[in-house]
Amino acid sequence: MPEYAVEALNIVRTFAGGGVRALDDVTLHVPSGQVFGLLGPNGSGKTTMVRILSTILSPTSGSATVAGFDVSKQPNQVRRRIGLAGQNATVDENLTGFENLRMVGLLNHLNKAYVVAKAHQLLDDFGLADASNRITKTYSGGMRRRLDLAAALVADPPILFLDEPTTGLDPQSRQDLWAIIERLVEGGTTVLLTTQYLDEADRLAKQLVVLDHGKIIAQGTSQELKEQMGATVLALSFASTDDALRAQPLLAPLSDKPANLEGSVLEMTVDNGPSVTADALRRIDSAGITLTGLALREPSLDDVFLNLTGHKAEDLGAETPAAKGRRGRRGANA
Amino acid sequence: MSALPSAASKHSALRWAFSDVLTMARRNLLALFRIPVAIVFMIIQPIMFVLLFRYVFGGIIKIPGFDYVNYLIPGILVQTTMFGSVGTAIGLAEDLQKGLIERFRALPMARLAVLAGRTVSDLFRNLLVLVIITGVGLLVGFRPTGGVIAYIQACLLMLLFAYCLSWGFAFVGLAAPNSEAAQAITFPLIFPLAFASAIFVTVSSMPGWLQPFANNQPVSQTAIAVRGLMLGTPHGQSTWIALAWAFGSLLVLAPLAVNKYRKVA
Repeated sequence: MPEYAVEALNIVRTFAGGGVRALDDVTLHVPSGQVFGLLGPNGSGKTTMVRILSTILSPTSGSATVAGFDVSKQPNQVRRRIGLAGQNATVDENLTGFENLRMVGLLNHLNKAYVVAKAHQLLDDFGLADASNRITKTYSGGMRRRLDLAAALVADPPILFLDEPTTGLDPQSRQDLWAIIERLVEGGTTVLLTTQYLDEADRLAKQLVVLDHGKIIAQGTSQELKEQMGATVLALSFASTDDALRAQPLLAPLSDKPANLEGSVLEMTVDNGPSVTADALRRIDSAGITLTGLALREPSLDDVFLNLTGHKAEDLGAETPAAKGRRGRRGANA
Repeated sequence: MSALPSAASKHSALRWAFSDVLTMARRNLLALFRIPVAIVFMIIQPIMFVLLFRYVFGGIIKIPGFDYVNYLIPGILVQTTMFGSVGTAIGLAEDLQKGLIERFRALPMARLAVLAGRTVSDLFRNLLVLVIITGVGLLVGFRPTGGVIAYIQACLLMLLFAYCLSWGFAFVGLAAPNSEAAQAITFPLIFPLAFASAIFVTVSSMPGWLQPFANNQPVSQTAIAVRGLMLGTPHGQSTWIALAWAFGSLLVLAPLAVNKYRKVA
């Protein structure tokens, strides 16, 4: 067994004849048997990384091994050891759930009897037994994702790539999927997970890499990243932007991170929520500024980005439904 | 976890490639029979052509030495199988659009099975249409007198021609941005081949400038050969010319499609 389940060294991938650098010198070391998170907004290069590691796309430069096999030189060895599922939930709409799993099993060159038994077992496990003979066109979004994940598991791959597995799912479906992923990892599977959600990365991933514009801007455990960026976000609403602007310098000493002003709302990440809040209130009050609202919340991906890069996690746009089509997915927004 | 049968299954690479093609073809056929509209359209269109030319235009078309219905039906069959191979373009464009091809590329399957499976399933679909339209032809008075063996030979020739052509449409499907575009692109490609041909009328009835094209293009040669075989009438070297066209286009079109497949997705 190689030291790392997935190892990517200095991966560069350009699109549009070099005009777009979707990945710019990215190096990853993914240990076996845990969830490794790739965190970043749309367009940060997460999906491009997954496509390279799953042999769908070749890197412009750099090299990668999966389960010890080179993705460029031994793609079939890699394909036998990976499962791929994600936001696109690519199931064949005209086939039933069972037929989808059977097809993927047979294309994985598994024994027929095994494929049939395994397909039924997965459908059972993922709560799809009742729907197994229904055309997947009739499935809900959550059912599709589960089937997609089941298809990725037919061949019992030791390494699983999950590309934004819960994007667009309702809270219950998200919880269900998280529970499934946790069970898989307990069983020894290595999971490379991409996500835009901090809570998801926090819940599932032991180690995280934060990508922005194709570059790694931070890495470490979820705990380390949180400590790096402050544990809580204090959001203060004022009656007007002027009031907020007046309050900003008074509050600056309370956080060593830059505050974010949007309209009349001032947000700052702080380490000790309650005591900083009390201090902030005193300062605002003594300056005679009226506060119209106050909230303490968990930091979001936006906050992480604000702290790490000084800019918000901008959605690099282009993810309109049209661009999400195949042409779009080949582009940089992946 | 309950006991499952053994997962391992050892075969040679070639045998697996064959199995992958069958798996893909089966998947395509399953999908086909789940879209009733597609089947209806696939069968209705040629029936309309049969009725149109048999009963509307047929009265004024005189082909020396032929009862027109006997001239017409073999031609319609060739046209139908040719139109059927357009399905290859549409099917592949759809798979590409939906991201399925990308997904297949992450599986340890034979790479070519996606293309081969599609062309094979379209071959089966064409066979089905051929049987149905033969039945319709018999109902409207078509009387093939060339014998059963020659009839089967004619069908095989048509299917082979359409199969080879479908590799060209595979290329179109992979190059098109979506399935609608794929369909739109194929139309101007097949229209001149279908209508400036010996499918509905004899080439000698066409203007002089059109005749060299109409006479020598593959659809005409296939139609002449198929008609000759089905009716037991002389058709010169057409069978050999049609075969040469079929294999010749396969040699050109298949590498084009394969090359395109390597580049997309």
